[in-house]
Amino acid sequence: MTALGKLFRTTTFKLTLVYLTVFALFAAFLLGYFAFNTRRLITEQITDTVNAEITGLSEQYRQGGIRRLVIAVDERARRPGSSLYLVTTFSGEALAGNVTALQPGTLDNPGWIETTYRRLDEAKEKEKIHPDHHALVRVFQLPGGFRLLVGRDLEERERLYHIVTAAGRWSVAIVIVLGLAGGLFVTRRVLRRVDAMTETSRSIMAGDLGERLPVAGTGDELDRLAVNLNLMLERIEALMHGLKQVSDNIAHDLKTPLTRLRNRTEQALRTASSEAEYRAALEGTIEESDGLIRTFNALLMIARAESGQARDDMIEFDAAEIANDIGELYEPLADQKGITLKVEAQTAAPVKGNRELVSQALANLVDNAIKYAVLGEKTEGAAAPLIVVQAANDGDRVLLSVADNGPGIPESERLRVLERFVRLEQSRLQPGSGLGLSLAAAVARLHGGELTLADNNPGLKSIIALPRGGPVQIAG
Amino acid sequence: MATYVENYGQRTTGRAGDAQPDRVTMRLLIIEDDRDAADYLVKAFREVGHVADAAHDGEDGLAHALDGQYDVLIVDRMLPKLDGLTVIGTLRGKGIETPALILSALGQVDDRVKGLRAGGDDYLPKPYSFSELLARVEVLARRRGGRQEETELRVGNLHLDRLSHMVRRGDEEITLQPREFRLLEYLMKHAGQVVTRTMLLENVWDYHFDPQTNVIDVHISRLRSKIDKGFSQPLLHTIRGTGYMIRDGAR
Repeated sequence: MTALGKLFRTTTFKLTLVYLTVFALFAAFLLGYFAFNTRRLITEQITDTVNAEITGLSEQYRQGGIRRLVIAVDERARRPGSSLYLVTTFSGEALAGNVTALQPGTLDNPGWIETTYRRLDEAKEKEKIHPDHHALVRVFQLPGGFRLLVGRDLEERERLYHIVTAAGRWSVAIVIVLGLAGGLFVTRRVLRRVDAMTETSRSIMAGDLGERLPVAGTGDELDRLAVNLNLMLERIEALMHGLKQVSDNIAHDLKTPLTRLRNRTEQALRTASSEAEYRAALEGTIEESDGLIRTFNALLMIARAESGQARDDMIEFDAAEIANDIGELYEPLADQKGITLKVEAQTAAPVKGNRELVSQALANLVDNAIKYAVLGEKTEGAAAPLIVVQAANDGDRVLLSVADNGPGIPESERLRVLERFVRLEQSRLQPGSGLGLSLAAAVARLHGGELTLADNNPGLKSIIALPRGGPVQIAG
Repeated sequence: MATYVENYGQRTTGRAGDAQPDRVTMRLLIIEDDRDAADYLVKAFREVGHVADAAHDGEDGLAHALDGQYDVLIVDRMLPKLDGLTVIGTLRGKGIETPALILSALGQVDDRVKGLRAGGDDYLPKPYSFSELLARVEVLARRRGGRQEETELRVGNLHLDRLSHMVRRGDEEITLQPREFRLLEYLMKHAGQVVTRTMLLENVWDYHFDPQTNVIDVHISRLRSKIDKGFSQPLLHTIRGTGYMIRDGAR
């Protein structure tokens, strides 16, 4: 595409053309209207003057006959800037006046007529030089067969008309030229900025995610676009960074058990001699691979929650019901470990979301709490381990929380544990993928909520805040 | 989940006193394009006494399923020529109601829902353990037996009344929590069959996720203490590495 072609194809330029056409048409109409009215006004003045003269002259004729009329016409015709006069006999013989060379037939009919003429004083010598003039005349039949012609030259009218039409043509031409130039100028400026943005986005596409689109600082629509695109780029960069960290973590947390798996198998091949030993090695292998599958499933689940795919199966449900169900599911396990698990969820807490994912998120929190509450018991002088699962309404939010009275998480560590695979040193020995909290956080984000970790004094309170849904019909 | 094939899924190594499921020979059709996996399944099912055929693409599988008399179809979700869901849909369209279990590498909730909606009867995400697959297939085959929904379930001298929610062992009445009742009901409905922990979680709790810790075991041991404690003949058996089974050992 040529540079000029590119220019003509822009939206700005097309808009310029549209405006230009509209303005040019408007200007042409305005001036045309002005010209027409000017012409009409002048014509009216001429007819008024001529009518007045005819009235005056026919009065002279009536009082003093043809002689007096001839004298009056001669006298008037000599005045500078005079009108045109001609008095003839009924046969067309000129008696007085200052015009000649009228168009044939002009005098035949009384009334208004436009005609060509020549002044008597210029008729002889400058015949060749002066073309015929135009005039608007009135022919008046006098009693006694004489005819009186009075008229005004139209040169003035024509000149004014020409001036106005010329002005019209010029102004339209100027509008077009200036408009086009302005349009080109603006278009080129816009185009230059768009080109700069295109250039930058090309280099971003080529892999330089650190680049940002230029912002001119004028606050116009292009700036706003650039600012928003830059925000988007920042988000993408953060996500890419997160992804890189995740893949590093995956590499670590999947490769470690894979290495163990391989070592175990290798060792069995090398040293095992009895069926029992082989069996033990194979059982260990299956156990390792189950752990791997579990980690893998958790990762897929998180990815699914974070990509927003799970939005498709959002339904209305009661979070209180989920709190009761999950509490009921884990209560025997807690009980077996000497932990009291209580559920506080009496009032309905409507939520619109993926019931399965929210259940799993809450289950993960309870599972964590059970692990930590047990740890708490080991510290000296601790109270009897207690876990409280709660579903509560809080304004336009629904809070699903799990509180334990275990050792808790130091404030400085709380943000870090939400990252994937982070497990605090003291819990390294506990089973689990280290993905429980990450999944809970991802599920909360999917629903437009958030997961927060708070101090339970002592212990940890994990809270999933979800936007409150509409009223829920609680099944019997 | 340590031992997979010690007691269950391998006929020859039952230890004395271990509970064995009531096993009726089934005819199975495995539609799976991965030949290694299909061969492994055919062999494994034969080892436990079932008859299994394999088909390696959707069209072949459909032809087999239309021709043969099978108790259960095991259908991979993604197949060459005709995908698994279409195969099942076509069969259902022709009025063939052979129970079908869908195997899928896609996993996750919505995929399972799609599979079941297409006419599948059960769904197992890959990778799966053979004992899990076997337990589910046997439950599906039994369901085909078309037993009426009985109002009273009996295993040995254990009675469960589904209408009055009464449970008795011998003359002794047993009080169960609602969930314990549903757990026992599910186990008794599949008496003599192995049910896995995931099957219990899916059917009794309606959850399809992995609860990490084995919460089900604790529920089972509570139930066991209510129905077996004080009786010389235990009814609720743990099948190592697989799950649980309720059956009358005295029979």
